[in-house]
Amino acid sequence: MFPNAFQYEAPTSVDEAIRLLTEYGYDSKILAGGQSLLPMMKFRIAAPAVLIDVNGIDDLKGWREENGKLRIGALTRHADAEHATELRDRYPLLSRTARWIADPPIRNRGTICGSLVHADPGSDWGAAMIALRADVEVQGLEGSRLIPIDEFFVDTFATSLEENELAVAVHVPTPNGPVAARYMKLERKAGDFAIAALAVHVVMGKDGRVSEAGIGIGACGPIPLRAAKAEAALVGQPLTEETISTVSKLVPEDADPADDLRGSADYKRDLLRVFAKRALLEIAEELQERVGAE
Amino acid sequence: MNIRVTVNGRPYEADVEPRTLLAYFLREQLKLTGTHIGCDTTSCGACTVLLDGKLVKSCTVLAVQADGREVLTVEGLEKNGQLHPLQSAFWEEHALQCGYCTPGMLMASYALLQENPAPTEEEIREALSGNICRCTGYVNIVKAVQLAARKMSGETQETLEVAATHGTSTD
Amino acid sequence: MALRQTEMRPMGKPIGRKEDPRLIRGKGRYVDDVMLPNMLYLCIVRSPYAHARIRSIDTSAALAAPGVKLVLTGEDLASMNLAWMPTLAGDQQMVMATGKVLFQYQEVAAVVAETRAQAEDAAQLIEVDYEPLPVVVDPFKALAPDAPVLREDKEEKSNHIFHWEAGDREETETLFRDAPVIVSQKVRFPRVHPSPLEPCGCVADYDPAKSKLTLYVTSQAPHVHRTVLAMVSGLPEHQIQVISPDVGGGFGNKVPVYPGYVIAVAASLKLGTPVKWIETRTENVASSHFARDYHMTAEIAAREDGKVLALRVKTIADHGAFDAAADPSKFPAGLFSIVSGSYDFKAAFVEVDGVYTNKAPGGVAYRCSFRVTEASYLIERVMDVLAQRLGMDPAELRLRNFIRKDQFPYKSPTGWVYDSGDYEKTLKLALDRIGYEELRKEQAEKRARGELMGIGISTFTEVVGAGPAHLFDIVGIKMFDSAQIRFHPTGKVIARLGVRHQGQGHETTFAQIIAEELGLSADDVLIEEGDTDTAPYGLGTYASRSTPTAGGAAALCARRIREKARKIAAHLLEVSEDDVTWDGIAFSVKGLPGRSVSMKDVAFAAYTNIPEGLEPGLEATYYYNPPNLTFPHGAYIAVVDIDKGTGAVKVRRFLAVDDCGNVINPMIVDGQVHGGLTEGFAIAFMQDIPYDADGNCLAPNWMDYLVPTSADTPHWETDRTVTPSPHHPIGAKGVGESPNVGSPAAFVNAVVDALSPFGVEHIDMPIFPWKVWSILREHGISE
Repeated sequence: MFPNAFQYEAPTSVDEAIRLLTEYGYDSKILAGGQSLLPMMKFRIAAPAVLIDVNGIDDLKGWREENGKLRIGALTRHADAEHATELRDRYPLLSRTARWIADPPIRNRGTICGSLVHADPGSDWGAAMIALRADVEVQGLEGSRLIPIDEFFVDTFATSLEENELAVAVHVPTPNGPVAARYMKLERKAGDFAIAALAVHVVMGKDGRVSEAGIGIGACGPIPLRAAKAEAALVGQPLTEETISTVSKLVPEDADPADDLRGSADYKRDLLRVFAKRALLEIAEELQERVGAE
Repeated sequence: MNIRVTVNGRPYEADVEPRTLLAYFLREQLKLTGTHIGCDTTSCGACTVLLDGKLVKSCTVLAVQADGREVLTVEGLEKNGQLHPLQSAFWEEHALQCGYCTPGMLMASYALLQENPAPTEEEIREALSGNICRCTGYVNIVKAVQLAARKMSGETQETLEVAATHGTSTD
Repeated sequence: MALRQTEMRPMGKPIGRKEDPRLIRGKGRYVDDVMLPNMLYLCIVRSPYAHARIRSIDTSAALAAPGVKLVLTGEDLASMNLAWMPTLAGDQQMVMATGKVLFQYQEVAAVVAETRAQAEDAAQLIEVDYEPLPVVVDPFKALAPDAPVLREDKEEKSNHIFHWEAGDREETETLFRDAPVIVSQKVRFPRVHPSPLEPCGCVADYDPAKSKLTLYVTSQAPHVHRTVLAMVSGLPEHQIQVISPDVGGGFGNKVPVYPGYVIAVAASLKLGTPVKWIETRTENVASSHFARDYHMTAEIAAREDGKVLALRVKTIADHGAFDAAADPSKFPAGLFSIVSGSYDFKAAFVEVDGVYTNKAPGGVAYRCSFRVTEASYLIERVMDVLAQRLGMDPAELRLRNFIRKDQFPYKSPTGWVYDSGDYEKTLKLALDRIGYEELRKEQAEKRARGELMGIGISTFTEVVGAGPAHLFDIVGIKMFDSAQIRFHPTGKVIARLGVRHQGQGHETTFAQIIAEELGLSADDVLIEEGDTDTAPYGLGTYASRSTPTAGGAAALCARRIREKARKIAAHLLEVSEDDVTWDGIAFSVKGLPGRSVSMKDVAFAAYTNIPEGLEPGLEATYYYNPPNLTFPHGAYIAVVDIDKGTGAVKVRRFLAVDDCGNVINPMIVDGQVHGGLTEGFAIAFMQDIPYDADGNCLAPNWMDYLVPTSADTPHWETDRTVTPSPHHPIGAKGVGESPNVGSPAAFVNAVVDALSPFGVEHIDMPIFPWKVWSILREHGISE
């Protein structure tokens, strides 16, 4: 299967990419990892007249910590996040999420930002970035802006990115205190999109109570969702079994799953509850060990 | 578009349509038909090759994206008439039946052993999870990767080179 | 670990495969690797509707597109008398739609262009005006009196295809009337697809100068393909050469002749150049023939002590738009009447009704000997229902009802004569090896703690190796198979067979059979299959028939050679033929073991030193018509743990003890078992091709038709018992399909066993986590 014929552009700077985006508008598509786009083009579901390959733009590569945030460049591949041992202590959710995405060769190509911009509700990064309260840094002709993740996803396969804007990075806040995270996912087979997924990120305060909590829901709605009620119930509490039980029951309340081949909406809601409980129990244990060791 | 690609150590220069997928470029323009195609959805891994040392599914990479880069395919595993230890291990452990997944499996196994010279069964199964085999049930593929790992670390003697050139197997 | 091919007396040894050196180097030659000068590419336009009248097709834009050489529609094929073709089940199938389409993804038009991309581009430009018609998806509704009649070409204005029955209705009814215990269970075997890793495809190369058609095609049955092509196209059969090159897996998918092949041939005939058609995975899953889709109800009549009396089965078979099963002519439901399985029923009665629906046509035998998979799954499932109803251990129930070793040859209540078996021995070995008693203890402890663990047993009987010829034929051709052996003067052998392997290792195992019979090593024997110009006629490789049929032919052909060789040996040894003995390696003079000649000496003499009156050369052909089928069997045990929170099932252990008679190459047999178990596992837990009410296929590719990866697949354990077939020349039975036939029931039985404390007696496949979760929820179980 072959994509439609297209004009291929390979800009080497962000400005050049934005100029091309401005020139071609919706007739163009950005090619980053291409692991969703190219299959869609092979099926001719997507048929851009111009393909703008950003893989040669060095400014989009790598990550750095600055101003209390980790800035992850747009060309960071899933596998980079999976194997970055230096990020595991402070940003454990990154590797825990990355290892669940598709399969090793796809993780070598696919990018975090590309996945976010593709805005598949079943994407793993959507739920994770909700949990991490990330911002997406986008750049257009007028300069750059940060879009909070809660405002980023508009609908299935639709984001608040303007026609001529390029996502250049995602910013993840650096946690203030001991942190633990889990990414919970059930698949029909290895590498499949989730039946339901839950990203849980918890920072413990000095008082032994949760100081920050992020819970992102995947594959249970038109866009990745935030378990806001559960988060609110978690912050300020110690991670006791009682808290965990209460919080996990609140998670499904913010989900909006549909019945499909992967299971009923009721099933997916209950999976989220089970995931939340298991994730928080593991996190509680991990943080207790960590705090105990310190 | 004109591209220059080094495949299995040999430089090539070619004119490709931008929409040409790397898999088809290898197969139809370079006639390296060891790289196979088995699905439309980046699911099967029959087309798996190494691009600048990284495992990729060549049906989901454009040939123009390989411009200036190095590709390793199954045809590049054998060196100076000597089978790669993975190739001989796949043979010895009966890790292939119809052979259609084998090139992709070998490349995925190659990439794994580059990073992890002594993988556990679970690590092997995870590393090969982008490659579908419909014949073997994976048991013997896992065994072959483990045998190759032992061969490459020198634990097991290389016994197949002579046999391989004569088209016979070994014990 | 493999042994060298130079081993003498190779039978039963794990000889390394002869096909591997090219395949591990990426030097196999699969059909898409066939690249001929001036070759063009074919792309097929398919229907988006499941049932619609075609008002018009506009091909003008496509014809004007760059690189396009030809556009074909059903009407064009009709003018060539190629619009319809026979299926192997005796129905007919549209090559490209004329009048109306009957399933989504049906072939509607085709484009031939200089490159694949151009063909795909032009295909997008073909405009078809459809008038949607009412869609029939449910096979039960298809039988309703007011259902729209789908097949306008058939005389009978009904969606009912056939009614078929076996066994003794009256005796069965009588036993049911008086039975103290009757259990009944509805069981569906889902619609699945063989999905070999290499999709189907062909290169049709018609050479007008020679009036010869060469068809390179991914075929499990190249000779049958040639005959069907001759019948369809009107080309003389000797002017058609079918070459099945290396085949990237088949599993029954590559037995039928598909519309794409006929279209490619038609295009090549029109253009006089080679035309390649390679199916996409979507075309493969959504349009090439599916398997199973049986809606079955089984009832068992039994005594209270568990002794079974009679079996009654009713089945609705959904064949989709065309009956494209690859079943033998007289068996529209294949060998489904083997459904009494390994148990000594007094009587059985089986009915099957075939139905048309607006779905892709089928159903082929997917790693299955013509519906034995459905049959085996049904009986093994329902035996567990009976055990549960009686409160008996499923192993105990089976041991009580097995056909005993001394009952063979055993005539089944539906008429099969089982050749041999020792079911008790096989099951006892399996129970012992898996530690059944301990597992049951562990299960009891876990149950007390509220944990869900299940143990599932399947003790299946297979029926493989069709012929014999008086019973079985495909499109009239009797189901024998063949071998031809030729010695070269230096003692090396080329052998050709009528079957076509797709990974089963024939180049090795048939070399082993022939080498064993002729005192050679496998290294001395080259096996060739798949070229109809050189190989003797045969019916092909499917239904585990290669070893029972062609394997028999190979052995008997070698013995025919040995008979002539004995005469030459006598001449060389200067004794009479009666004084010559064969010890498996050489001929020698009776009582004088020192005086001997090898087969190599004899072969040389056959060309250089012929005795008076004897024809020169050393070669033979054998067409083997087996006297009966063979009946492999096995005992499989699955151990599963269920996650109460998610409903996910984890297969902790799986042991397969197979009995496939004498083993030619144990390494290859184990490999076959591993592969078949993996396919059975996928069927049990992840595979189905559902359709929505409009007839849209909901699993048309590998994103939704799920094939397991190494990370999903359990680690398989295998073992063996050996009960040779008494009638097969080397006592072998065939094994490729046993693991796919026997394993689904073991998986499902294990899951049901885990849930049996809640009164669960059955769950239909595929057992997705949500199904288990729903059952747990109904019973108030959650994490």
